[in-house]
Amino acid sequence: MVAFILRRLFQSFIVMLVVALISFMLFRYVGDPVASLVGQDTRLHEIEELRQRLGLNDPFYIQFARFIGNALQGEFGISYRLQQPVTELIVSRLPATIELAFASALIALVFGVVLGVFTALKPGSFASGAIMTLSLIGVSLPTFLIGIGLIYIFAVELQWLPSFGRGQVTELGWWRTGLLTESGRRSLILPAITLSLFQLTLIMRLVRAEMLEVLRQDYIRFARARGLSKRAINFGHALKNTMVPVITITGLQLGSVIAFSIVTETVFQWPGVGSLFINSVQVVDVPVMAAYLMFIAFVFVVINLIVDILYYAVDPRLRVHGIGGGK
Amino acid sequence: MRKLLLTASAIALGAAVLPASAETLRWARGADALTLDPHSQNEGTTHTFNHQIYETLLNRDVEGNLIPRLATEWYVKADDPNVWVFKLREGVKFHGGQDFTAEDVVFSLNRARSDKSNLRQLHADVADVVAIDDLTVEVKMNGPSPLYPNNITNTFIMDKGWSEEHDVVEVQDFAAGEDNYAVRNTNGTGPYVLQSREPDVRSVMTVFDGHWDEKPAVTEIVYLPIKEAATRVAALLSGEVDLVQDVPVQDIERLSATDGVKVETGPENRIIYFGYKFGDAPLKSSNITDKNPIADAKVREAMELAIDREAIKRVVMRGQSVPAGVAMPPFVNGWTPELDAFPAPDIAKAKELLAEAGYADGFTITLDTPNNRYVNDEAVSQAVVGMLGQIGIRVTLASRPVAQHSPLVQNSETDFYLLGWGVPTFDSAYVFNDLVHTKDGKYGAYNAGLYTNPELDEKIRSLGTEIDLDKRNATIAEIWKVVKEDRVLLPIHNQVLAYAMKSNVNLEVHPENQPLIRGVTYGE
Repeated sequence: MVAFILRRLFQSFIVMLVVALISFMLFRYVGDPVASLVGQDTRLHEIEELRQRLGLNDPFYIQFARFIGNALQGEFGISYRLQQPVTELIVSRLPATIELAFASALIALVFGVVLGVFTALKPGSFASGAIMTLSLIGVSLPTFLIGIGLIYIFAVELQWLPSFGRGQVTELGWWRTGLLTESGRRSLILPAITLSLFQLTLIMRLVRAEMLEVLRQDYIRFARARGLSKRAINFGHALKNTMVPVITITGLQLGSVIAFSIVTETVFQWPGVGSLFINSVQVVDVPVMAAYLMFIAFVFVVINLIVDILYYAVDPRLRVHGIGGGK
Repeated sequence: MRKLLLTASAIALGAAVLPASAETLRWARGADALTLDPHSQNEGTTHTFNHQIYETLLNRDVEGNLIPRLATEWYVKADDPNVWVFKLREGVKFHGGQDFTAEDVVFSLNRARSDKSNLRQLHADVADVVAIDDLTVEVKMNGPSPLYPNNITNTFIMDKGWSEEHDVVEVQDFAAGEDNYAVRNTNGTGPYVLQSREPDVRSVMTVFDGHWDEKPAVTEIVYLPIKEAATRVAALLSGEVDLVQDVPVQDIERLSATDGVKVETGPENRIIYFGYKFGDAPLKSSNITDKNPIADAKVREAMELAIDREAIKRVVMRGQSVPAGVAMPPFVNGWTPELDAFPAPDIAKAKELLAEAGYADGFTITLDTPNNRYVNDEAVSQAVVGMLGQIGIRVTLASRPVAQHSPLVQNSETDFYLLGWGVPTFDSAYVFNDLVHTKDGKYGAYNAGLYTNPELDEKIRSLGTEIDLDKRNATIAEIWKVVKEDRVLLPIHNQVLAYAMKSNVNLEVHPENQPLIRGVTYGE
């Protein structure tokens, strides 16, 4: 197990380095950060001076080495746009994104599993058909449209829920949470639903497929023959065995939810790292963009690690195989 | 008895004032201020934010006129044309309680023209700033500078003592990775005091009780940057915000028709124009490889005749633009209706001119356009591509975010480009200096087409120091005449600004897009 984790850690390090290199190379083509830092009044020689001071005239490998050197110390420089340390910015924006991500993952998981089980147990019913059709629509509409649609219905027309922002927040040390106030919780609903829809559909279809598969297995038939209650068969035996792929997908999707909440955060003006990133892209705020990509890579690496370890916990067969492989 | 009466009337007065004295204005716009350090960035959104908290010596009203603010009078010293005298307002206090004096003005003007300040270009001709007494400041210029007061409408006055105490005497050097106290904290003389600030999320300001001017109707401002236009508009419709700036043109009509919401529009101080490459060398992006078609005046005339500005206004801008025949907005000194006139489109004549110039079959050229900077910038360019196509000029459109577009223009790496230009000094010289004068050193920074005319250059330079205003205006008129006849720039329109608000809120559009919330009033 330890050897396994160590090996994974080394792989992770390589992944991070490659991400850093690629993101750094890409950003050289996004545009000139200086262009958005200066006004039309700024003289050209001043622009040149600024480029010099920012180190933008140095050769690529020197800039990259400097970036890696700083990154290893947890130091990502100063945002060109907001003129604050990047690490501080990301840390202060993180709670918003994490709360949104977990809320949407929770919605996706609960409704995904429930609807998945329902459609698997009653495959021919009208309700199942309706759910399956709706899920197809849900998965094919772009997030942006869903968000704007929800805002239009629930904020503009019905005026039940806020259309933007995070509402009132409370400070718990460095963690700024919106979960403790009513306006904070109300603000969470629409963005969380928007962000969860895709995952929800995915989980639902996965659970349904797995469940249908499992219900055809021999041991379910034997269990039925033994006269076990429907409830015990469906939830005790069948559902439990469909959960391994669901855990994998949920784990991986949690990563992408955090990483790709960009659209949802933009639509709802949710003050998380996603909207920080998109604001930075437009003005070519390279330090923030690079740090953000590194951060996302880090999230994926950590989540993959956790998912792998969870496999061990859930599936005994893997444990045996894992130990065998370790020898 | 008398005391009782007084108390009673005080209560009555209090009761009458109370409803109006607690008005919160929730104000949404597309972007947030970059920094609160008033001299660090020369950028509109940042200035607008800081205008609520800090004050300047002079200001501009909604018509674009200079009006007194912290200075009550300003004039050129009688015996020395190189010196501007500013008389300061009495009884002004900073939010921290400090008195406002000439020392603060000297300190702030020097800070604004220091090396790291982004405003220093506006103060480039200042030689020295001296406090004569507590309420008089003299600004010594390097030579006669008739327009200096126009340059200082965004130069905010900070408290010297406060700046020293918090170690912000120097402007933040963000390039060196510096963070400073003034980026997030303020101490101005303005009508509002900053209460809290979360960049990109919300900032709260409340009315400053010690302010020298009349108390504003709005007592609390909640400033909410909302990037996504659709969300911003939805927030107004759902009643969560009271005022929305940066309203997309396509939403204006719908918002105007909505109950409880109104839209104020007004011309912005920004001209949108096309520029092209002069000079004899062939264009990089053209199929004519032995000469430059743009260099031929007939070709430039043909291009103008092919463009239908009214159609662009109607179709692309949904009526929200002011077509222009001269490359300056109407507020600017030097503007006349005659200059602003433009020819009706005439395809037949344009084709004829092209043929006369030897391009009967037309030619190809690439048009560089930004796609996230000006109102419908890419769509305007697309329209022009189609219009030029009608006379045989086959245009390839290269659309980029402004961060990639700007370097092309600054380095003159474009043959044909769209650009917008604001004129913060409200004077033609500002346009000439950067867009018309030959590109060299201090001048012609955005003359991407590399137009050059030594005779004009000389006239342009003379504007900087000419104090006889009649003579100066005559020179301006002469320069514009040549610029227009030569078609140095191809102006399309002036942008229109729109603010949407709840129907009981009154706020006029400011030509520099700097609404002052202290000017907001409430109707029925």
